[in-house]
Amino acid sequence: MTNFDLAVVGGGPAGMAAALKASEEGIEKIVVLERAETLGGILEQCIHTGFGLHYFGEELSGPEYAGRFIKLLEDTNIVVKTDTMVLDIADDNTVTAVNKTDGLLKISAKAVVLAMGCRERPRGALSIAGSRGAGIMTAGTAQKYVNIDGYMPGHEVVILGSGDIGLIMARRMTLEGAKVKMVCELMPYSGGLTRNIVQCLEDFDIPLKLSTTVVATHGKERLEGVTIAKVDEKLQPIPETAEYVPCDTLMLSVGLIPENELSKNAGLTLDRITNGPKVDEYRETEHKGVFACGNVLQVHDLVDYVTEESQIAGLGAAKFIKGEKISGDCIGTNGINGVRYIVPQRINRETDTDVKLYFRVGAVYTNASIVVEANGETILSKKKKKLCPGEMEYVLIKKDVIANLPKDSVITVRVEA
Amino acid sequence: MTYDVAVVGAGVVGGLIARELSRFNISVALLEKCNDVAMGTTKANSAIVHGGFDAQNGTLKAELNVKGTALMPKVCEKLHVPFKNNGSLVVAFSDSEMEHIKVLFDRGIKNGVPGLSVIDRDELRRIEPNISEKAVGALLCESAGIVCPYELTIAAVENAVTNGVEFIRNCEVEAIEQGEAYTLKTTAGDITAKFVINAAGNFSDKLASMVGDNSIDLVPRKGEYYLLDKSVGNLAVHTIFQCPNEMGKGILVTPTVDGNLLIGPTAKNIEDKSDTTTTPEGLAEIVEKALKSVPIVSQRNAITSFAGVRAHPVCDDFIIGWCEKSEHFLNVAGVESPGLSAAPAIAVYVREILSEKLNLTEKSSYTETREAPVRFRHMNDEERAELIKKNSAYGRIVCRCETITEGEIIDAIKAPAGARDVDGVKRRTRAGMGRCQGGFCGSKVVEILSRELGVPMNEITKFGGESKIIYERTK
Repeated sequence: MTNFDLAVVGGGPAGMAAALKASEEGIEKIVVLERAETLGGILEQCIHTGFGLHYFGEELSGPEYAGRFIKLLEDTNIVVKTDTMVLDIADDNTVTAVNKTDGLLKISAKAVVLAMGCRERPRGALSIAGSRGAGIMTAGTAQKYVNIDGYMPGHEVVILGSGDIGLIMARRMTLEGAKVKMVCELMPYSGGLTRNIVQCLEDFDIPLKLSTTVVATHGKERLEGVTIAKVDEKLQPIPETAEYVPCDTLMLSVGLIPENELSKNAGLTLDRITNGPKVDEYRETEHKGVFACGNVLQVHDLVDYVTEESQIAGLGAAKFIKGEKISGDCIGTNGINGVRYIVPQRINRETDTDVKLYFRVGAVYTNASIVVEANGETILSKKKKKLCPGEMEYVLIKKDVIANLPKDSVITVRVEA
Repeated sequence: MTYDVAVVGAGVVGGLIARELSRFNISVALLEKCNDVAMGTTKANSAIVHGGFDAQNGTLKAELNVKGTALMPKVCEKLHVPFKNNGSLVVAFSDSEMEHIKVLFDRGIKNGVPGLSVIDRDELRRIEPNISEKAVGALLCESAGIVCPYELTIAAVENAVTNGVEFIRNCEVEAIEQGEAYTLKTTAGDITAKFVINAAGNFSDKLASMVGDNSIDLVPRKGEYYLLDKSVGNLAVHTIFQCPNEMGKGILVTPTVDGNLLIGPTAKNIEDKSDTTTTPEGLAEIVEKALKSVPIVSQRNAITSFAGVRAHPVCDDFIIGWCEKSEHFLNVAGVESPGLSAAPAIAVYVREILSEKLNLTEKSSYTETREAPVRFRHMNDEERAELIKKNSAYGRIVCRCETITEGEIIDAIKAPAGARDVDGVKRRTRAGMGRCQGGFCGSKVVEILSRELGVPMNEITKFGGESKIIYERTK
């Protein structure tokens, strides 16, 4: 058994930011456990630019953004263990992990930060009928083949789902000489960032087919084509609109799922909408001393926000270790009328910080207002030109406003169209 | 060289026959047209070890089902393949179905099925808590169980190869010449053998016709399935059938030995024997009918869907015996459900028939067990620590959803008749079989296969043939 103050599970942008923040706050013994061979997480395969505009005020590539944090980590005494997989987090915060050099590791930690990130939704979850040959893969898997391994995963590509990775891969495959025939999106709007639709599709004349899905795959050994069809308001395919599109590759970008198997095994309940643990304003879960941040908590669109959130968790963990973290009566948060969820799900009434409530809307709105209320009174109202599900939003609540709310209050956030 | 026996088809039937024959002082070749064993009906069926009350009294099917099911636990123990005796239920939803249940009970008793009883609504709800409230009773068969059919086949072939059987993959028989021995013209060259055992599954009619035997009449029948996540694997305790109809045993809901929940199959006669596509209608039918048995099943928990093709014999019984057109050609055809359950008994039965014409003397060196493969996920901390100390490759987790180590993947590749493609690794280790369905580990498995087999990454396939995963180098 090795003793640490803080064990961080995951060495991607979330884990690194949380560890660094805790270190800055004076926490001495920190270990970062990363399952891949290197730190950086999924950023390592995101060789396109667009990272860091908010946080650094510069446009960086994924590896550059990660590289800045890796460098900062090197200058601290944070212990980094790569190629190390965490298998279990026990009730007493003992972390069990394995790797090739240490074998089975038992780490006793005062606090734990969960920063495992997310995974892509696979084909099976979609129930697409047809054949099951090679050539059907998630956009992230394709991205690894192209950017890390240096191989072409296909020549004629159809992308299902207009999530950001799908959009990025549409451009990447085009630049590598593949023909990207179309991006199909089940919903009447894209789930990706507007800038990615412009820069990755429109600039390359790749059609984005909204309200369209793939209903069947064809080809016994390698994919030979897909059947696409328009969908009705209930998202059900309309058979008369079916159309065959020849292609050798189907890339899926149909959603990201926080990787919470460890959290679930540790007994944490997950938010039904975010699929992440329920947390307070410092991202402390229902389990004392266990914090969560980044895509394991809620899927973000920008790494900059992951960094910001993880610093909050790192600060929270540091306060917890030092015995300074406030943990008492909480007020709840709730998204209604078009607001799908809110993180954090609860706030300590006596909190020592202003709190940003992060949320996503469930549909596209123009010229709408975001209204924050508690006990029938409006706390704040904010006009927005455009709100869409692909972009995370937030409102800032001052700590004195929170302190003045009665016990058992719930802050609601809603859209007023 | 001329083999004494060529077994054509490395499904569960061919695999277990090869293993049975490997006990004797004869030379045996096991020919498989695909890149791996268990690639046909074996890899896509209900994975059930049936009690044996379905088949009509006096049929070969009934006899071999009951015998095979009795042999199964022992065979699985020797081969270190997980088998679970979870029992099965045929659920009745009306009084008239209850009458049918009694017919099945009587037939089962005549067939010699142990552990049969008819239970009422209360008992049914007690032993199967999630069963529909509309169920009025059931036939309980305590001797039924579940087994993983491809794992059984992989283990059987591994054991056969250890005992001297030659496994030849990518070896499709295209023609057979008859002389003093048979010359099999295959995609892997000519192979000569004194005896041929036709275990070619859906293609056994075609193989028999190569020696002039056109008597085997098969109807390809497709069955589609949903495999659900382990989080709902405990929704069913027993294998839950509905009352059978003329197309088979209907849609079942069953746990699998790996802890998932399996629902299906549909049953549809098709033209193309290799058509394993799933259909929107088929998938919808599965859910609709499964809900009748277990109303809380949901396709939202689906991790994959698949389809298999069963060789339904028009004569409605297994066709096992000497070919009438060719003296040393033995047919093992029309082995539809309960073929998996019967397979261990079929192997024995075929050996007995073969011994009529071929002198079989037992080897002194026969190894009847297959060593248990390393299963990191089933070990405790001490065992894991010890294992990694011995070989550090077990300290690297490749498949995070199923906790599969690099060491296990290397073992699967190096095993006798080992994995040569991504699906082969998946079936042997479960890498890629979890929630992310290989999203993360797929490319790592390609890398390990490439390294261990000494071929470039872009020659690694999903399941042989043209199923290449990646193409040329990027610019």
